Amino acid sequence: MMDTTLLLIDGFATALTLQNLLLALLGAFLGTLIGALPGLGPSNGVAILIPISFSLGLAAIPSLILLTSVYYGAMYGGRISSILLNIPGDEPAMMTCLDGYPMTRAGRAGEALALSGLASFVGSFFATCGLVILAPQLVGIALLFGPAEYFVLYTMAFATLGGISAGNQAKSVFAACIGLGLAMVGIDTQTGVERFTFGEVHLFDGIDFLIAIVGLFALSEVFHFIEHHGTPGQVGAGGVKVGRLVPDLATVRRCVPTLGRSTAIGFLAGVLPGAGASLGSFLAYSVEKKLVDPQGRTFGKGDPRGVVAPEAGNNAAAGGALVPMLSLGVPGSGTTAVLLAVLLSLNITPGPMLFAKNPDIVWGLVAALFIANFMLLALNIPMVGMFTRLLMIPTRILMPVVAMIAFVGIYSITNSTYDMLMMVAFGALGWVLRKLSVPLVPVILGILLGNQMEVNLRRALTISDGDWSVLVGSPLAIVLWVIALAGFLAPLLLGAMVRRRMNGMSAGASDAD
Amino acid sequence: MSDRIMGFVGLILSGLYIWAALLIPESFMADMIGPATFPIIIAIAMGLAAIVMIVRPDMAPQWPGVSRLVDIGAALLVMVLYASLLPELGFIIATALASAYLTWRLGTAPLMSVLTGICTALGIYAVFHLALGLSLATGPFGF
Repeated sequence: MMDTTLLLIDGFATALTLQNLLLALLGAFLGTLIGALPGLGPSNGVAILIPISFSLGLAAIPSLILLTSVYYGAMYGGRISSILLNIPGDEPAMMTCLDGYPMTRAGRAGEALALSGLASFVGSFFATCGLVILAPQLVGIALLFGPAEYFVLYTMAFATLGGISAGNQAKSVFAACIGLGLAMVGIDTQTGVERFTFGEVHLFDGIDFLIAIVGLFALSEVFHFIEHHGTPGQVGAGGVKVGRLVPDLATVRRCVPTLGRSTAIGFLAGVLPGAGASLGSFLAYSVEKKLVDPQGRTFGKGDPRGVVAPEAGNNAAAGGALVPMLSLGVPGSGTTAVLLAVLLSLNITPGPMLFAKNPDIVWGLVAALFIANFMLLALNIPMVGMFTRLLMIPTRILMPVVAMIAFVGIYSITNSTYDMLMMVAFGALGWVLRKLSVPLVPVILGILLGNQMEVNLRRALTISDGDWSVLVGSPLAIVLWVIALAGFLAPLLLGAMVRRRMNGMSAGASDAD
Repeated sequence: MSDRIMGFVGLILSGLYIWAALLIPESFMADMIGPATFPIIIAIAMGLAAIVMIVRPDMAPQWPGVSRLVDIGAALLVMVLYASLLPELGFIIATALASAYLTWRLGTAPLMSVLTGICTALGIYAVFHLALGLSLATGPFGF
């Protein structure tokens, strides 16, 4: 424990410079903006900024600070459009609409925004504390990991990625295979032979995962908007009255127990493989509803606790998801997959060895999370009115800007037309896959983890002299296989039920309008 | 139906992938399982997933009408042209044209679109090139 404290203080020492604080402020501002704008969320927001921060030539810690501030900021900002417009910026923000929008209609939007800002802060603050305590414990397990266990761990990451509410598992497998297949392109590092390059020089180095991420997440969004523009349901924030920003003390006091419970639930949901932020906010909301409002009198009709619960849960889950991402190197959700991409683009490979080899990075990152969190609280409560006004920027102007920034980012790191064309192709692919409800996150994860996965498989089999039973050769490997299997099968058995209940709740809320 | 088509495309892809994996040349530094085994495992998994999609397809998504499809195709074409002509035209001209087109197609009035396009290009140029110092494409006029 003592060691952890010292390391954390060291982390703050590296993180607390003027430049870093300014970057955190900039990131928090941009992030809130990105999260608040309908259609942009943490994943695509961070995605378009990775190449930019890369070509700015920032060192590892400053880039991490910038991008984690954007990430946390987008998680905060997502609630603004949920509450004001009833449009969730991303999936976890869905539950915030249930009570947030009714509060807006009752003229209490300001209160809802302030309370949810506070809830986001409490959720992510305690989740980051949990990360500080829990992640180093997991590193002890690291020593048990050999190549075979790593391979199984990666397999588990794919199997549990969709979470319990995942849709069609065949499509998740399909998506993962697309990603893994793309990762194989290029010169094989172990034998030096070309694979799947068809003699194309541009492909010798493989496909840059940044190009894939920006195309799949950011450009596909542009195509999505072109498809849907002009359809009803897009209301402006113009007519929304925010009302007073400070909730009265009694309301805040009533929310405190909710805050505590939802943070704990959210954090646990984030740490467990395959749960993720959507389940965190869903669980927090439904538990709270059962506990404080079993007859359904106020929840769904603008109860402040119904805003606080999912926001605390969702932000705590986002923090909790960093535990497996940093200590094991396997992200559990789309947004953590993008954070993994951030780390990989800085040449940092998360995993058990990261804590031993680069403690400065880990604790610098943790310090960055704390700084971003305080920055966001300071930024969000007084300036929420300004962010509300920014919601009035019409998407028809915003989306082309997003597209152009995506091009700028890729051009500035590669200077190559070929790579920009590849990004456009990924954008189109992303649109088609989304249309067919094939999840995009496994594709990204496949591109990110594919080479590591193969290297570990080949290493394991070289050590075992070609004996495939090495993959089930240790208790740890067997446990990981069992988790993988359970995580893959659970949605098939329970998924329909969980999804029905999630949809039932949102449908119930729109009926109440 | 859409899922079935995707399933068949997936099957073909998986077959092509295995074929391409078998073409990977032998190397003198070969390890235990070689460079082709893992790709073939991936392709088999992909093929199985494709078969499941053919046998048990989901409900078809709602595809956009012809005019929207043309719109999406045209936007795709504009992006391809943008990527290819960027080094020729330079950042500001190419970006102004492309973003004017996109914002027009998303429902801005024509004159406003031209204005928005120019502002977008100049804005990005100011922020990313002048303030942050990223290298953007330089055309015949140096910007």
